[in-house]
Amino acid sequence: MNTMKSLAVAVSATALSLHAADVTGKVSLKGTPPPEKVIAAVKTDSNCGKVAQGEAKTRVYVVGPDGGLANTVVYVKKGLEGKTFPVPSNKVEIDQVGCMYMPYISAAMAGQTIAIKNSDPFMHNVNVQPKGAGNKGFNIAQATKGKVDEKTFDKPELGIRFACNVHPWMIAYLSTFDSPFFAVSDDQGDFAIKGDLPDGKYTLEAYHQKAGAVTQDIEVKNGKATANFTLEVKAQ
Amino acid sequence: MDSPSSRSLYRFAVLTALATLGLIGMGGLVTSKGVGMAVPDWPTSFGYNMFALPVDQWFHGGVFDEHTHRLWASTVGLLVVVLTRWLGGSPSRRWLLLTGGMELAAGWGLLSLGPAWRGAGYFLCGIGGVVLLAGLAWFRSAPASAPLPALGWTAFGLVQLQGLLGGLRVVLDQWTLGNVTLGLLLGLIHGCLGQGFFVLLGVIAWRLSPARGRQSGAAMRSGTGGGCVSFWIGAGAALVVFQLVLGAAMRHQHAGLAIPDFPMAYGRWWPALDAEALVRYNQHRTDESTVTAFQILLQMAHRAGAMAALAAIALAWRTSVRRYGRGSGIARGTALWLALAVVQALLGATILWTNKAADVATAHVVLGAMTLLTGTLLILVVRKLRVSEPTEASRIPVPALAHPVAR
Repeated sequence: MNTMKSLAVAVSATALSLHAADVTGKVSLKGTPPPEKVIAAVKTDSNCGKVAQGEAKTRVYVVGPDGGLANTVVYVKKGLEGKTFPVPSNKVEIDQVGCMYMPYISAAMAGQTIAIKNSDPFMHNVNVQPKGAGNKGFNIAQATKGKVDEKTFDKPELGIRFACNVHPWMIAYLSTFDSPFFAVSDDQGDFAIKGDLPDGKYTLEAYHQKAGAVTQDIEVKNGKATANFTLEVKAQ
Repeated sequence: MDSPSSRSLYRFAVLTALATLGLIGMGGLVTSKGVGMAVPDWPTSFGYNMFALPVDQWFHGGVFDEHTHRLWASTVGLLVVVLTRWLGGSPSRRWLLLTGGMELAAGWGLLSLGPAWRGAGYFLCGIGGVVLLAGLAWFRSAPASAPLPALGWTAFGLVQLQGLLGGLRVVLDQWTLGNVTLGLLLGLIHGCLGQGFFVLLGVIAWRLSPARGRQSGAAMRSGTGGGCVSFWIGAGAALVVFQLVLGAAMRHQHAGLAIPDFPMAYGRWWPALDAEALVRYNQHRTDESTVTAFQILLQMAHRAGAMAALAAIALAWRTSVRRYGRGSGIARGTALWLALAVVQALLGATILWTNKAADVATAHVVLGAMTLLTGTLLILVVRKLRVSEPTEASRIPVPALAHPVAR
């Protein structure tokens, strides 16, 4: 019986180490970014003005009080060659709410379902033009509140641009990857890549739409690793 | 050419040219605001027949600009069909009937292909119906003097080609040719052709102008440098065309302002274009686009082209004053041209100072079209003068140059 218990604990521990890998860290910004601009049109537009959520601003550099940089995609760039992974069954949602895209930056695995939703009580169009080969673009109109269209992008690509031409300030970006090991940094610059990333050596990249990209080599041991990135805005 | 009917034809041609100038303004606004794809389908609008789009969907953000551009374009198309019939007189009926019949048949053909082609089918049937009606117009009229009927038919062909390009720019937006999207390429051609189409209508109106035949050449006096006048007007007009193509290329890339400051460029007279500098520029851009070295060079070429065009037009004015006298029609025409070019250059600078305000950028497009038309008319006038000089110089009619389209 004790043997059985020990075996169960060992199996559980193994499962934990396989399925609870956590690569965590922080993305920081060095330098002084240009100030964000107020998007006045969100309030002045006859429709958007009714649903605007506070003062809308551009979200190019969202920097926390301690310099943490939000909206940075962190992903495993090297170390997974030749491996394939099942596409997650959950959907990545990109919502249009208050005449802004939420979230501004998102990430998905190639082939994962992207649910594009309109939460505003009027029409938006969603114009997407991927640049990478194998990803198909589209331009669809979503006329009613609650309308959801599901799309997929079959190939990895950084920064696929989503735009609404009815309200041309509405922009969002989606990055797709050939593995499920990615994350987007939060408002404090913190990120956590979760999943069953096996122990081993990898190269991570932190990619920001404007600040650029930096890479870092890491080693995952016992399902854990830490990586901190610093991106720099050069003086003008 | 001074009968009531010819005056009416002249006024109608002016109306068509002015409507086209307004259409260029509306198209310019669509591009300036970046709302060209707000209506994703064509020739239908959100699946509706273009002319039956519910008003609440029309008056909505960028849809208003794009859909108004489509309706305005349809109106210009209608005006051009009438103008073609009027210029061509009764002999044009046969060709209008033939063309309208073929378009109607093609429209019916598309309808039979299935629901996916229904919108295009109805649209083509509509165009064919209008052309057919123009051909059926029974009143008898003599054709205008050559080459006006031919110019009318050219406008007839161009307006349909222009409409098709505008539609394909929407439908084929996602397609690529190498690294360039067809949306960009067709938008660029659509923008340039629109300017050429306006010039054609302006030339038609000018040729119909009663004042064109009345003004005498008494204001002219002989002098030196007549060939210089012709050269500088030609050079100025060529540079205006160059500027229009560059401007269209810049606008249709939707890259925002490749250089945000003026008269300097990123704080220097000539901006650094190395990789490190480009990273720096892009990091400090708060709009979503990323600028390339090519786009920066394009704007620098546009700046240099503006200075060259201004210089050529100023020399055209200077030489025409010396050759024909300050009070001559040609000197007044070149003075007007120079004034347009100066305002145009100031508008160009204002685009940069206002971070590409849509109304300023659109005014720049409209004034560009007027500058091109003025240059074209001056070329025609000078050519006529040179053909007649020197023996009949005193009897040569000097056409009205004070922008006949805007009369």
